[in-house]
Amino acid sequence: MGNDTSYTDQKFKVIGTRPNRPDGLDKVTGRAKFGADMSAPGQLVGLFLRSPHAHAKIKKIDTSRAEKLSGVKAIITSKDLPDLSNGNQGTLDTLTNCMARDRVLYDGHAVAAVAAVDRATAKKALKLIKVTYQVLPHVTDVDEAIKPGAPIIQDYVFSGGKNGEPKVPSNISQTTQFGHGDIEAGFAEADVVIEESYKTEQSHQGYIEPHACLANVGSDGTGELWVTTQGPFVYRSVCADLLGMDVAKLKVTSSEIGGGFGGKTHVWVEPIALALSRKANRPVKVVMSREEVFKASGPTSSTSIDVKIGAKKDGTITAASAALRYHDGPFPGIWGMLGAMTSWACYDIKNVKSVGYDVLVNRPKVAAYRAPSAPMAAFAVESTIDLVATAIGMNAVDFRIKNAAKEGSLASYGPTYGPIGIGPTLEAVKKHPHMKARLKKNQGRGMACGFWFNFGGQTCVDLNIGIDGTVSLVIGTVDVGGSRASMGLVAAEELGIAYEDVKTHIGDTASLGHNDMTDGSRGTFSSSMATIFAARDAVKVLRSRAAKMWDIPVDSVVWEDGSAKATGKGHGNLPPLSLKEIAAKAPTTGGPIAGHNEVVADNAGVSFASHICDVEVDPETGATKVIRYTVIQDAGKAIHPDYVEGQFQGGAAQGIGWALNEEYIYGEDGRLQNPGFLDYRIPVCSDLPFIDTQILEIPNPNHPYGVRGVGETSIVPPLAAIGNAVSNAAGVRMNHVPMSPIRILKAIDDAKG
Amino acid sequence: MGGNSRPWLMLSVSLSGSLRSAADDVESIQIEAKTIRELMWKIVERYPRMSQHIDEGIAVAIDGEIFRDNWDKVIPVESEVYLLPRIPGG
Repeated sequence: MGNDTSYTDQKFKVIGTRPNRPDGLDKVTGRAKFGADMSAPGQLVGLFLRSPHAHAKIKKIDTSRAEKLSGVKAIITSKDLPDLSNGNQGTLDTLTNCMARDRVLYDGHAVAAVAAVDRATAKKALKLIKVTYQVLPHVTDVDEAIKPGAPIIQDYVFSGGKNGEPKVPSNISQTTQFGHGDIEAGFAEADVVIEESYKTEQSHQGYIEPHACLANVGSDGTGELWVTTQGPFVYRSVCADLLGMDVAKLKVTSSEIGGGFGGKTHVWVEPIALALSRKANRPVKVVMSREEVFKASGPTSSTSIDVKIGAKKDGTITAASAALRYHDGPFPGIWGMLGAMTSWACYDIKNVKSVGYDVLVNRPKVAAYRAPSAPMAAFAVESTIDLVATAIGMNAVDFRIKNAAKEGSLASYGPTYGPIGIGPTLEAVKKHPHMKARLKKNQGRGMACGFWFNFGGQTCVDLNIGIDGTVSLVIGTVDVGGSRASMGLVAAEELGIAYEDVKTHIGDTASLGHNDMTDGSRGTFSSSMATIFAARDAVKVLRSRAAKMWDIPVDSVVWEDGSAKATGKGHGNLPPLSLKEIAAKAPTTGGPIAGHNEVVADNAGVSFASHICDVEVDPETGATKVIRYTVIQDAGKAIHPDYVEGQFQGGAAQGIGWALNEEYIYGEDGRLQNPGFLDYRIPVCSDLPFIDTQILEIPNPNHPYGVRGVGETSIVPPLAAIGNAVSNAAGVRMNHVPMSPIRILKAIDDAKG
Repeated sequence: MGGNSRPWLMLSVSLSGSLRSAADDVESIQIEAKTIRELMWKIVERYPRMSQHIDEGIAVAIDGEIFRDNWDKVIPVESEVYLLPRIPGG
């Protein structure tokens, strides 16, 4: 604390270069250890028994035959998991999601777990567990769930009461409203008013690595958890809370992570793995199958959104409103609220309103997915923006520029904006060669904007200088996109040494103070800030050691280009002492040399992006091919441009998959029909063009280097950019995501009459 | 002005979305506070049901800049202050 986080226009030597990532060799040779790669002597295999019903009362669970099976060491049901929530409904919901209590709430909800000596025995034991269900009515569609007479998912959720007072049992767990001005007056002023309704289907983050962990709890209550996660410190707190363990007695180590995108910010099987280990007094390894990941981790919401925009012929939006219904799964969430907050954030609108509805359904609990809730809202808003631009005869980019939010605009979600970057991204779109490229038959171009908040958070870093002058940097945010390389660059920049002399590690929960979850595009923003301050802390020590070696006052020592230099009268002829020379003398000048920092990296600044997309639609099959794609986004300062571009490209690739193919398909029975990558199709390389990027560097005033988080915003515009491109290519407006061949073909056929 | 009042620190704090229901459905409140920490204390004192929101996490936008954890942040005089729900990321 106490360090000045303001931007300083520092001149860089290594920041902005593109060295190899320190984990690259491990990852291409298979040496990297992911969640499923850790083993322990005597470990057991943990498997889960899951509900075949979307909604059912659990009348009885008989585990007696399974317990008698040789090789079975522990069986867990909700009876082994007392409610320690102390009245906190959110904590109880988390526990209930990990293991069903009196009811199963979705297809795939866990009802029991087994730890056995091998997989075959564990599978056999699962078959011996007899669960008696009473099937209950279910609802999986967000619009059906709010109709009168829909099955009520949670009896503690009410709505309609003033001041939050209970009134009517409901599946709407929360209604939130944002905006300002007089909507009706604004629409009355408009020359053109367009109203449209949209739907987006549920998608999954699609991380290639499934959830996996190795839990090891001893009879003394001390435990360890090796796990693929975006936040080992948060996992530690949540697991300790659910299981009644002491936080300090549970050590959580994050493995390499094979993708998370928000899905690894919540616990799923991990508390149960710990409970199994505690009961069996043996290590227990759990690796979810892909089917389990689809059915019982945390995909995004399906949505149903109504949008209305009024504009004058000169291009001024006079009013805008949206009603956004997002499903949360079976537990209350805030996803509809986030949709409402982000929906109009790109624009400066005098009269604006958004209402978000969080809706409970019998589907898995929704988790964050990269800029959670914003892509669906952007799809609805940006599609309608294009329609309005067409209706008033204005170029769609010019229409956006005319109405774009700027410094001093009242954000639709409340506050007044400071300096923001949507204007520069739109100006860059106008100038980009992509916009001038010629299109062929059946091809169309679309563009769209996107917004996300970005966060910082609690962050802690240790920097240790070895006896040979190489540097070990330990950070507490998980490397989800190349941050070890970026942090190595930051330490090298501050210390004035080579990047190759810094090795960055991800710390476990026993080696660093608390670090918040690696989410909200915060990893590089927060940990680079802490690394800068930790390195400067180490430089103070290095200067004092040099002063000791020279026997001069420390005030006469400055740090330049990786060396201590003596300044002032009588000291000027001393040759500089390099970091390596000072480190070599550390044992006799005071011991180990280190720097440390804890920071609450707050005020990360909001983020905007604009995307351009060209598609070709086959009118015979309805299949869409993305033929060119460009991402333009402000990074503040790109520490390692490869990984900024990687984030831009990754977000766009996920958005393209969501826009065109990915969807959870439920049957009438409430069961998921496509829980596998054969039937739930994420894009592969051959589906995608090279995704071009343009990094804008408008310094973030609240970071010493001007860094702005970049991890999430790039998934916000693709659904709408592709929708607008498809509309221009095929002449049909697609209001339903994914825009699969079947839906596009139907729209083309319907348009023909 | 009473002897103990500090009108130069009086803030107009706007409440967004779900937070209003915990504060008798008001859109904004007048409150004296020098820091986010003092603001939180006084809001809970006046609206006890806000404590649940604050426990679950809250964000404070000061002149458009969003703070989630830095409760030491001094709120400048005549700032625009907006309380928002704490937002998760992906």
